[in-house]
Amino acid sequence: MNTALPLSTQLINLFAAVVLLLAFAMLAQRRVLPLINLFALQGLTLCLSTLVVAFTTGQAHLYGSAALTLALKAVLLPLILHRLVRKLQVKADVEGLINVPTTMLAGIALVIVAFNVALPISQLSSTISRGTLGIALASVMLAFLMMIVRTKAIPQVVGFLAMENGLFLAATSATYGMPMVVELGIALDVLIGVIILGVFFFQIRDQFDSLDIRHLENLKER
Amino acid sequence: MNIFGFLGQLFAIALALLLAPLLTGWVNQCRAWLQNRSAPPLLQPYYMLHKLFLKDVVLAHGASPLFRFAPFVVFGCMVLACAIIPTLSTDLPFAPAADTIALVGVFGLARIFISLAAMDVGTAFGTLGGRREMLVGFLAEPALLMVIFTTAMISQSTSVATIVETLAHRDFIIYPSLAFAGIAFTFVSFAENARVPVDNPATHLELTMIHEAMILEYSGRHLALIEWAASLKLYAYSCLGLALFFPWGIAEGNSVAGLLLAIPVLVAKLAIGGALLAVIETINAKVRIFRAPEFLGTAFLFAVLGLLVRLLLETQS
Amino acid sequence: MDFFTLTLAIPLVSGMLLAVAGERSWAPNLNVIASLGTFLASALLTAEIVAVGPRMVFGEMFFIDSLNVFLVALTAFVGLTTSIFSGPYMRNEREHGRLTAPRLRLYKSMFQLFMFTMLAALTTNNLGILWVAMEAATLTTVLLVSLYRTPASLEAAWKYFILCGVGIAQALFGTILLYFAAERVLGETGHALLWTHLVDVKGQLEPTIMALAFIFLLVGYGTKVGLAPLHNWLPDAHAEGPTPVSAVLSGLLLNVALYAILRVKVLADGAIPTGFAGNLMMGFGLLTLVVAAFFLSRQKDIKRMFAYSSIEHMGLITFAFGMGGAVANFAGLLHMTLHSLTKSAIFFAVGHAAQKCGTQVMEDIRGLIKINPVIGWGLMLGTLAILGMPPFGVFASEFMILTHAMKHHPWATPILLLALGVAFAAIFGKVQPMVFGETHVKRLPHAPAITPVFVHLALVLMLGLWIPPYLTRWFHEAARMLG
Repeated sequence: MNTALPLSTQLINLFAAVVLLLAFAMLAQRRVLPLINLFALQGLTLCLSTLVVAFTTGQAHLYGSAALTLALKAVLLPLILHRLVRKLQVKADVEGLINVPTTMLAGIALVIVAFNVALPISQLSSTISRGTLGIALASVMLAFLMMIVRTKAIPQVVGFLAMENGLFLAATSATYGMPMVVELGIALDVLIGVIILGVFFFQIRDQFDSLDIRHLENLKER
Repeated sequence: MNIFGFLGQLFAIALALLLAPLLTGWVNQCRAWLQNRSAPPLLQPYYMLHKLFLKDVVLAHGASPLFRFAPFVVFGCMVLACAIIPTLSTDLPFAPAADTIALVGVFGLARIFISLAAMDVGTAFGTLGGRREMLVGFLAEPALLMVIFTTAMISQSTSVATIVETLAHRDFIIYPSLAFAGIAFTFVSFAENARVPVDNPATHLELTMIHEAMILEYSGRHLALIEWAASLKLYAYSCLGLALFFPWGIAEGNSVAGLLLAIPVLVAKLAIGGALLAVIETINAKVRIFRAPEFLGTAFLFAVLGLLVRLLLETQS
Repeated sequence: MDFFTLTLAIPLVSGMLLAVAGERSWAPNLNVIASLGTFLASALLTAEIVAVGPRMVFGEMFFIDSLNVFLVALTAFVGLTTSIFSGPYMRNEREHGRLTAPRLRLYKSMFQLFMFTMLAALTTNNLGILWVAMEAATLTTVLLVSLYRTPASLEAAWKYFILCGVGIAQALFGTILLYFAAERVLGETGHALLWTHLVDVKGQLEPTIMALAFIFLLVGYGTKVGLAPLHNWLPDAHAEGPTPVSAVLSGLLLNVALYAILRVKVLADGAIPTGFAGNLMMGFGLLTLVVAAFFLSRQKDIKRMFAYSSIEHMGLITFAFGMGGAVANFAGLLHMTLHSLTKSAIFFAVGHAAQKCGTQVMEDIRGLIKINPVIGWGLMLGTLAILGMPPFGVFASEFMILTHAMKHHPWATPILLLALGVAFAAIFGKVQPMVFGETHVKRLPHAPAITPVFVHLALVLMLGLWIPPYLTRWFHEAARMLG
């Protein structure tokens, strides 16, 4: 039955489960700073999981991705976000459009959908970490949900970055990671994206005196 | 079934009846230490029971037979629960009487009776407590069932004894699903046993109390039975948690040596568990009653996640 | 030096140079010269490819064939005309006090970098790099959309970033799935994302994975194309950004995103013989066409209206490629080209008109023919062209799409005709009083650059009357490649 799973797979599954758990925790988290810390933690878990995969399979380029993940997602981006929060003097509370339990139920529904979608694919895969593909897709969808239900700019961006985390997990679980050049490109894009958003936040704040994106709802079809 | 198994079963029940108040006393003592209060004696619950059993029963004027009957039902349910849950050995002659789902039902039955009894006299507090109890119960039960389904899927059986057997005697495997289920179970246990984030067993503040509000009208031996039943419930939940998530040390067969070894292991595990419970109760604040659904919703979420993770990650060969 | 290297290097280097140098008096000229250089390089590259056929550059990193080389030339050409147009336009904006020197510097450097990302996306052989370049294209244009820093423009840019970010994330998931499918066939050689390798083994790719991958890629890149229901960012970004940005977004970015879908569709068609990918594209195309057509009639802002017109045409093109086959693909490619040229011409004209009248609200723009006959006629002719009036080229391509639809998918014909009819009535009814009508508006401080409008329209007219034989051959070749 279960005894066939090797230890490395168990570890990878455990880390994937933690990533999923953190995705839910981020969805439930009402404050900005803990949200960023949770994001950093998710990055760290991803890095550990990648390291296990790299160690087990001997794929050298995965060590590179793990290092990249650690540097970018666990250290650099959270630092930038912390700095932004401090400089912008964002108020602590994160307002959601829907209350937390409802969001959670929606999240569970998304996870079920994601698992169902991913199951036929992960059965075709031959990697040791294939089971986590469903979790990866689920984290992407949860991050997506987070972007929908949050009304402040920074949590939306954290959601955006968390989505990227999920995609990274998907890449490691289905195929042992994308080619290095692509991964570098993606990392560069994410970094530039966050920097541009940082600039953008200041523009929004100067214009509206707030980072509540409910101010940004005037353009619609009348 | 042989006579030895039967004796072992009886011994387990007797042990439960004896140990349950001790566990409550231990938790209270730990709590007092942690909160810098001078602790009551470890055996305080026994003194309480003794005192209550000696006292006369005072019944409200409007009390129906149900009111007098309920404590016995509740107590009976808890004893039955303790009989099904493997505490010392997995070889339980009573175990086929009820599987895990029925076990949840037994807890539910006790809850219904105590809530009905609470409303029976017609006081405002009783009704309030009964309603709150049902609110908590109706949210906690699905979560508990989900936890049990997860473990049942791992062991391919809903019998508690079989589940514990499978989980206890296996190679070392990391089950992320069990971790989720364990967290969910902890949450549910807190709610079901009227512990701090949901209810506070040490207060009679009308805004917050749930369990205490229901039993305000009881006195004498009725109250003693209910208090004892509450202790048994805590004991049953602790043992269930230990059996599902830390099953090491529970005897498989029915040898005397195995049983004798299982007793100190159980006591040690309960002592650690009780201390942890006290720690968690101390570092957490009680939430508003309207946040209780959120708390239990989180428990449900964890339980469902456990189930899903089980389905996705651990079912491939 | 290689023409291809030049095509990519000129915008990259000049973009950085413009960023470092700041807003100097020669900066607009450098912008135009760089664009001209890019265009010449791409034209020579095209000539070379036409002469010797497809080829790889830098090992297997880049790949140029008949499909992308014409898009490269088109992109470089529209880039050139836009840079010519933006010179006086931006000077006028600065005079009005709507833009400052640092923002003009941002605009010029980002414009060149945007061109670079577009050209890189078109020519790369690696589907992963294609994704990276598409995302980079969003990033370079986000700050351009919010260039005016008005509340509305900030909102538009935020929407643009978030929606396209979400979309592009879906596309990345699709790319991962594609890589996964490919790795099973090609092994871990590092070639599994190279299109030229993929196309050789497309028949062996796992259909289940490819179906899912294609859905994700279509939704992802489709967001950038402006396919309904994820088109909401497009009208906002077009209406609130500066007009040159609207012109390149509409004329180039949409094309390149569609190009990405086409590349993937070839693979999906190879893996799934049931025509799943085509049907999906037809469905999305029709939905987009209808949604856009009905929104058109409700617009008050001129740039917004033409943005919806872009969505409408993208829907039509997606539908055409969805039908597949030599004729429909040919029509789709032709329509892509014509739409780019016409729509950017319209945006040039609209930009000047709006600048002259000091508003983008259509009810306040009146009598363009009296203020500036050239702009007035430019807008009128452009509108007629985009609405598919003969003898403009759009008529030819729309006619081809319609007849092909009638023959192979008759059920879709009434929907197509209805949507095109509604769009025609809406746009023509609104543009007519803007061009003819009473007005009193004073002259602009800088004479508008009106040549690009007419160059584009002349090309569109020419393509309606006579398509040069090498261009036909080229389209045929590309259409055949698309299957």
